[in-house]
Amino acid sequence: MSALLLARIQFAFTIGFHFLFPAMTLGVTLVILISETGYLIKKEERYRRITDFLVRLLGLIFVTGAATGLTMEFSFGTNWSNYSRAVGDIFGPLLAAEGVIAFFLESVFLGVLIFARNRVSPRVYWLSALLVFIGGHLSAFWILAANSWMQTPAGYAVDTAGKIALTSFADAVFNPSTHVRLIHTVLAAWMTGAVMVAGIAGYYVRKGLHGQTARTMLKIAIILFALTPVLQLGAGHMHAVEVINMQPEKAAALEGHFVTSRGVPLYAVGWVDTAGETTYGIYVPKLLSFLYNFDFDSEIKGLRDFPKAHWPPVNLVFQAYHVMVGIGMLAIALGLLGAFLLVTGRLYRTRWYLFVLPFLIPLPHLAHETGWMTAEIGRQPWIIYGLMKTADAASVVVSAGNVLFSLVMFSLIYLLLFVMFVMLCVKLVKQGPAS
Amino acid sequence: METIQNFQILWYVLIFVLLLGYSLLDGFDLGIGSLLPFLGRDKEERDTLIHSIGPVWDGNEVWLITGGGALFAAFPQAYATAFSGFYLAMMLVLFALIFRAVSMEFRAHDPARAGLWETALVVGSGAATLLFGVALGNVIYGVPLDSRMEYTGDFLTLLRPVPLLFGLTGLAAVLLQGAAWAVMKTDGALQQRAFKAVRVLLWVNGAVAILYFIVMAAAFPGLPGRPLFYAGVLLTLLGLVGLFFSARKRNDGAPFWESSCSFIGLWLVAGAAQFPNLIKASNDPRLSLTIFNSSTGLHTLKVMSVIALIGMPIVIGYTVFVYRIFKGKTRPSDSY
Ligand code: HDD
Ligand code: HEM
Ligand code: HEM
Repeated sequence: MSALLLARIQFAFTIGFHFLFPAMTLGVTLVILISETGYLIKKEERYRRITDFLVRLLGLIFVTGAATGLTMEFSFGTNWSNYSRAVGDIFGPLLAAEGVIAFFLESVFLGVLIFARNRVSPRVYWLSALLVFIGGHLSAFWILAANSWMQTPAGYAVDTAGKIALTSFADAVFNPSTHVRLIHTVLAAWMTGAVMVAGIAGYYVRKGLHGQTARTMLKIAIILFALTPVLQLGAGHMHAVEVINMQPEKAAALEGHFVTSRGVPLYAVGWVDTAGETTYGIYVPKLLSFLYNFDFDSEIKGLRDFPKAHWPPVNLVFQAYHVMVGIGMLAIALGLLGAFLLVTGRLYRTRWYLFVLPFLIPLPHLAHETGWMTAEIGRQPWIIYGLMKTADAASVVVSAGNVLFSLVMFSLIYLLLFVMFVMLCVKLVKQGPAS
Repeated sequence: METIQNFQILWYVLIFVLLLGYSLLDGFDLGIGSLLPFLGRDKEERDTLIHSIGPVWDGNEVWLITGGGALFAAFPQAYATAFSGFYLAMMLVLFALIFRAVSMEFRAHDPARAGLWETALVVGSGAATLLFGVALGNVIYGVPLDSRMEYTGDFLTLLRPVPLLFGLTGLAAVLLQGAAWAVMKTDGALQQRAFKAVRVLLWVNGAVAILYFIVMAAAFPGLPGRPLFYAGVLLTLLGLVGLFFSARKRNDGAPFWESSCSFIGLWLVAGAAQFPNLIKASNDPRLSLTIFNSSTGLHTLKVMSVIALIGMPIVIGYTVFVYRIFKGKTRPSDSY
């Protein structure tokens, strides 16, 4: 295998792994902020128990996220040095800003959350929860701005020497896809946290453990679980429209759409035969055109309008996209059902629903991973859309053997981290909020 | 042209400060990590030591992340050359940092394997420290580069005597920093042992530092003409002498500051030797990466300056606030 291919596999693996953790961090800090606000206002012990329990969980999540995030920070220099040489003007400041404006805030106050319950007043503790929440989200903002710039570059000029130079920082940060990507990803992370907490609390309630504390925890989580997928539908829609406008060949790949036409269908499930340029499956006629701008006859560009060399792997992108959307739909149904049970007062008694909840925990992660595959593989062959090819981005002096070595090491180390993480989470859940 | 040079110098100084801040702050927790088996005799003592750094180590590591980000933003060519050129060494640093990061948290949640996680903490902290020093030594002392700014050596090229001396000097300084932190944060028998470690490390540091100064002055002919060199030497010696007396008087607050002072001296000497190079080319000085041929454009440097000059004082402000929350001796109740 070539050094380039290995580097791509390594990047996809390490970022896919890292992202599991920030997604949980953002969601769990939201629940912590809610319960700690409850504690501050109502002074009831159960809220304090929820916070303390989730903070211990957050400790595990955060540290694994931080350890694997360090890999990402290094990776641009180690594996993508040609990319780094080309985009230092724009990409560098975004990563640096993430450090100054986000990571410091999050990690400094996380120390207070985990260690200083007995050292600070409830107000300062609440403030720390708020600042950890804000820090995490700011970090998502900066990194997503960086990623969005690679998807829809703006605020730059290419000079005569072929160097990419910054012309407007604001345009680069708020490029055409930053807003939608931020909203969509943050909602996804909240949903991840909501489902995780709902799964844990659902297990407690079904087993009759931790009484009122478990029920309150479940209630908060179910409310979030009902809201986020519905909002996500809107955010996902906006995201799809943005892709159709900004990256039409990716949009065409999402639906396996080859010939530019009007009244384009939307597939529920399907299979794309890229060589034969046909897509099979179950679809709703004209729905994609309708969703694009609420006109059943609007025109959507097909892949044939673009050189074949610029097509991403179509079927892979199609499948990834449909897994994500499928999970989104399932989540809407289950979240609303939970809300219905809550409102009608049956939530804590509906044993099958409580039984199912813990098994949902991996689903938002799966939607996340497939969503990112959609976005990133759908962008191929570009590393910066329309500007630089992935093939030109890798480090020159790093041999295939070197990357193979690091890839094997990452696989082993991350496997260890993953096993430990899951084991210790299970152990923590068994100890529960009372201890 | 004049203005961009000012910004390039400003960014050299800012990155220098970030890495210095990193080495002082993460220095003490890497030092505690490396010294754990020597200072902590039983589980309770090791708990105290780990809890003394538990709330702050991650924030300290962000100094490195931000320093790396700033290097990328201000001098991407140097970032790209060093990180891709020293690929295997960088991966080892990374693995070491990953293990030390998770070890403390996993140890707290997984008492059955506490010994294993302590080993991960000790090896991770020690290895990361040593490798950082060696890497820094290489970019300062010089490595073979080609006309595309790419590194042409291999892993073994990095292990020459002078860079290794850098590694050793850094390790000694970090261990001292850790011992001095332990003196400040603990009491009783543990503190007595930390005082003993300070006294031993004091002499080790003195010996290594003098060797380092001599080698630097010999390797960089211009260095003895630079006032910064003497300022650095003086600062290190003052710090160590002060430390000698504080340790004798069992003063538990001053050693940390004196150790930091001596560490800053080492950095000033390194900076005086390096400026304005970022990565010196050992084969041909004209191929060196300097702050002038490796930087981003003026606009980026200006934007970054605004972010840094507004952001960093705020960061330092709340960092001080949080350190004050944890002021005084580490208590058993400060646990996970
Ligand atoms: C819990 C996770 C989750 C769920 C349920 C959904 N998404 Fe999503 N989606 C993501 C998590 C995600 C993501 C991981 O956050 C992505 C990857 C890149 C990005 O910007 O967000 C993403 C990307 C992404 C893209 C590609 C953007 C690009 O290529 O730049 C589109 C078009 C959608 N989403 C649309 C939807 C729709 C219509 C959904 C229906 C409800 C949906 N998503 C549910
Ligand atoms: C966090 C969630 C993310 C996931 C799961 C993810 C996933 C992926 C995947 C699967 C690839 C491989 C595509 C291929 O090679 O065919 C990839 C490539 C890449 N992505 Fe992402 N990505 C994420 C976020 C980001 C962000 C935030 C950035 C930049 C700041 C980024 C930058 C890149 C780069 C530089 C590559 C390598 C070039 C390439 O192979 O395309 N990614 N990513
Ligand atoms: C290639 C892209 C990425 C890079 C370079 C990167 C870098 C890092 C680094 C260095 C850390 C450790 C910070 C610390 O020690 O405190 C970290 C943690 C974190 N990252 Fe990433 N990251 C990437 C992708 C993402 C994405 C896509 C998100 C969110 C949408 C994200 C959100 C976070 C958060 C919230 C943390 C805090 C630690 C945690 O909660 O796990 N990162 N990241």
